[in-house]
Amino acid sequence: MQFDWPILSVLVWLPIIGGVVLLALGERAAGLGRWLALLVTVATFVLSTLLYTNFDSSTAQMQFVEHLAWIERFNAWYALGVDGISMPLIVLTTFITPLVIISGWTVIEKKPTQYFAAFLILEGLMVGVFAATDALLFYVLWEAMLIPMFIIIGIWGGARRVYATIKFFLYTFLGSVFMLVSLIYMYLQTCKTGQCSYAIADFQELPLALNAQLLIFCSFLAAFAVKVPMWPVHTWLPDAHVEAPTGGSVILAAIMLKMGGYGFLRFSLPITPDASATLDWLVISLSLIAVVYIGFVALVQQDMKKLIAYSSIAHMGFVTLGSFLVFELVRVNGDVRGAAMGIDGAMVQMISHGLISGAMFLCVGVLYDRMHTREISAYGGVVNTMPIFAAFAVLFAMANSGLPATSGFVGEFLVIIASFRADFWYAFLAAMTLILGAAYTLWMVKRVIFGPVANDHVAHLKDLNGREFLVLGVLAFAVLLLGIWPAPLLDVMRPTVEHLVQQINVSKL
Amino acid sequence: MSAPVIASFEFAAASAELFLLAAICVILLVDVFLSERTRWVTFALSLLAIAGTAFATVHFSVSGRVVAFSGTYIADPMGDVLKLFAYGTVAVAFLYSREYLQRRGLLKGEYFVLGLVGLLGIMVMISAGSLISMYLGIELLSLALYAMVAFDRDSGVAAESAMKYFVLGAIASGTLLYGFSIVYGMTGTLQLDDIAVAVREVGVNKVGLIFGLVFIVAGIAFKFGAVPFHMWIPDVYEGAPTPVTMFIGSAPKIASFVLAIRILAEGLGSMLASWQGMLIALAVLSLAIGNVVAIAQSNLKRMLAYSTISHVGFILLGILAGTTAGYRASMFYTLVYVIMTVGSFGMILLMSREGFEGDRLEDFKGLARRSPWFAAVMMMFMFSTAGVPPFVGFWAKVVVIEAALDVGLAWLAAVAVVFSVIAAFYYLRIVKLMYFDEPTENAAIQAGGTVRTVLTLNGLAVLVLGIFPGALIQLCAQVLP
Repeated sequence: MQFDWPILSVLVWLPIIGGVVLLALGERAAGLGRWLALLVTVATFVLSTLLYTNFDSSTAQMQFVEHLAWIERFNAWYALGVDGISMPLIVLTTFITPLVIISGWTVIEKKPTQYFAAFLILEGLMVGVFAATDALLFYVLWEAMLIPMFIIIGIWGGARRVYATIKFFLYTFLGSVFMLVSLIYMYLQTCKTGQCSYAIADFQELPLALNAQLLIFCSFLAAFAVKVPMWPVHTWLPDAHVEAPTGGSVILAAIMLKMGGYGFLRFSLPITPDASATLDWLVISLSLIAVVYIGFVALVQQDMKKLIAYSSIAHMGFVTLGSFLVFELVRVNGDVRGAAMGIDGAMVQMISHGLISGAMFLCVGVLYDRMHTREISAYGGVVNTMPIFAAFAVLFAMANSGLPATSGFVGEFLVIIASFRADFWYAFLAAMTLILGAAYTLWMVKRVIFGPVANDHVAHLKDLNGREFLVLGVLAFAVLLLGIWPAPLLDVMRPTVEHLVQQINVSKL
Repeated sequence: MSAPVIASFEFAAASAELFLLAAICVILLVDVFLSERTRWVTFALSLLAIAGTAFATVHFSVSGRVVAFSGTYIADPMGDVLKLFAYGTVAVAFLYSREYLQRRGLLKGEYFVLGLVGLLGIMVMISAGSLISMYLGIELLSLALYAMVAFDRDSGVAAESAMKYFVLGAIASGTLLYGFSIVYGMTGTLQLDDIAVAVREVGVNKVGLIFGLVFIVAGIAFKFGAVPFHMWIPDVYEGAPTPVTMFIGSAPKIASFVLAIRILAEGLGSMLASWQGMLIALAVLSLAIGNVVAIAQSNLKRMLAYSTISHVGFILLGILAGTTAGYRASMFYTLVYVIMTVGSFGMILLMSREGFEGDRLEDFKGLARRSPWFAAVMMMFMFSTAGVPPFVGFWAKVVVIEAALDVGLAWLAAVAVVFSVIAAFYYLRIVKLMYFDEPTENAAIQAGGTVRTVLTLNGLAVLVLGIFPGALIQLCAQVLP
């Protein structure tokens, strides 16, 4: 599907230009700045729904394609396009960002215009990462994203924010530079075998020897495993999430983690299918370790945000599990249906986890704005003074545990079925998440929300104000909608997922 | 147009150098009759001299390789582009430094004369066609720089740096000259084009040639500042007055690049197998030592000095590839590096005030609060030098890594990127100080309009070239066929 006007470029540049305008406005016009930020993000979201409504669900081809010359020397183009995998992620990004703006409306006291500007620029870059079909453009936006996030955590974060933000930047940067070397290597290979190109589609068709594939796979693994994050390179996440301001945590959890999963689906699987097939055991093992071990780690956390951070890592384990099970299923068992189910599950889990973890961080933010502590022990019996909030919190906790009728169930169910078709023990370990997820989430809810009022501070808590109700309500609606009726999402993904499964079924050797 | 003109009138080729030499003499004489108040005349004349030289270069620009003065002078497109960049760098350096010099009572005519003499030395090096004219250019540049480092007579640190620079520089020049003489002895000629032919006839593996090559590489490494010949860089960068540091860190790097290209790539190009290994060792050591030691620095000038050493490692990465793509990559990296360095030192000049150097890391604390725009500009410089997109420093790394991968040196590319991540730490530290820390002093920034304007343009250049690097990359590709 194609419009006359470049919708993807608008989705990328409108927020960025909005952010720059906000920076130019400065702190003098704080009130105006907030409304401008809200206007820009809502406009971006409305435009992105056009992507969904006009999406052609019958083809796996890139849609809304834009192709402009950029750097002639490298034959690198300013090339944008979406398919069934990137479109839902873009809509998720533009959906979450207005909610983040609203949630920071009055909470941010220090330099609010710069806060909103940073999120706007970040939104534009994130949409660009999902929409880029040129590998060099993808990499530029991927790295550029780190700068606003670095600033957000460092200026508006908590007590250990400097440690957390530098750790976040260096960890992610180190993983990504290896990916850069691989991308340049593949570019040189395209020069040798045909026409020089940085287009991702050309990389996907590039024939590569197994040794080269293994090295390239490892470098992509370095970049995406840190982003997802996978055990054992996950240690930056708890620090970054805990120290970031609420909005920063929401964006980190809801969207930036998904880029790792997107990277696996867009790069590792189609470009290095043989290496991925050879090393799939590694990624599957790391994913299962994340699901089980990190689940146990989440159980013992005392800080609410840290608990949700570890829960994020465990849920993202499902994404990588679903992505790499396809090799076991397709190449070993010839089960194409199961493989498609695995990738479907990974994608739905990405969207669902984006909504749920975003909502949970916002819930913690609501409590933190009132009590200025995230310690579970400081709370108890919140339901008595904040019943509406408690209702939302319990709903999101249930969704996090994977309760059917919430979106959390759909993704996990699909991945567990897929793993069952591959191996009983994969399914067994993966299903542990249902128990552990319920355990740590519901135990936290029990300690914080239920029971008698714990102390004076809790007794004086005020319930949700209009803004908080709006944000949590919208997210609750989305979670329930996706949980009861996931077909709209699954249908748009179908041709792309099937195309992907076919791509990785073909050996490049 | 120019080749026939040069064929009939050789002096047209060197018109730029001749003009500059004449201008230097005129300025030196005019300055004698000026007073403190009218010193701006010298400043204006220097800028005019640079403009005139640029005009001469553009007017007599060549499209191919033209040799003049019995082979001792080469005019080629690469030389023209590098000369134009050198003019721009020196002009910008003069613009940045005037206020600082005025405040410190150092605004003497000799400063600009020495700067122009240094520029002349760079031009002679760029157009050198024989070993002797190359050496002439090197000495012209070096002697001017020694004097500029010692310009502040009242500063003991500056005098010490100048002594170190002079002694070490003299030894390095001597080493280089010794290498030149051995190569002359082995090949029987001083002209670089003839040497290239003679080396192949004599045999590239002749011990004598390799012996000479080692001394030449050592001399080049000193001029660049590559480990283990880097000892002078931190002390000279820190001790010299900041505008001089800016001058030393920028334009002479263009000269070092052209020294390496003319001697190693063009003259001794057939000995690639011999000098490639040496440069690999120098590059890895420079990347390692430069990046790791920079972390420990508390003085910004010293930190930038070690960062320079690590950037030299990257430039060497492009040269050692031995391919045209590699030389283009190094040229692009050098030009980008010059733009970023001038900006970083410009920031230090911005922060400096009455009796206050402004080069300690703590001086940048809370800059985002004191001056949001310039904190943003410094942030752009820091991220660019670290190689983070979307700034131009990222593209410099991309082209160099591409050159290394093209010749199968994937391990070297991996090592280089790992060290660039280590480097990111100390650049991030500056951003952290500016944005995340409270200011320790709230004194207003005293810098005047010139510095602010040039710094703003510099920062915007880094951003714009980062988003649209194609033109500059294409330029480097065009001039190095």
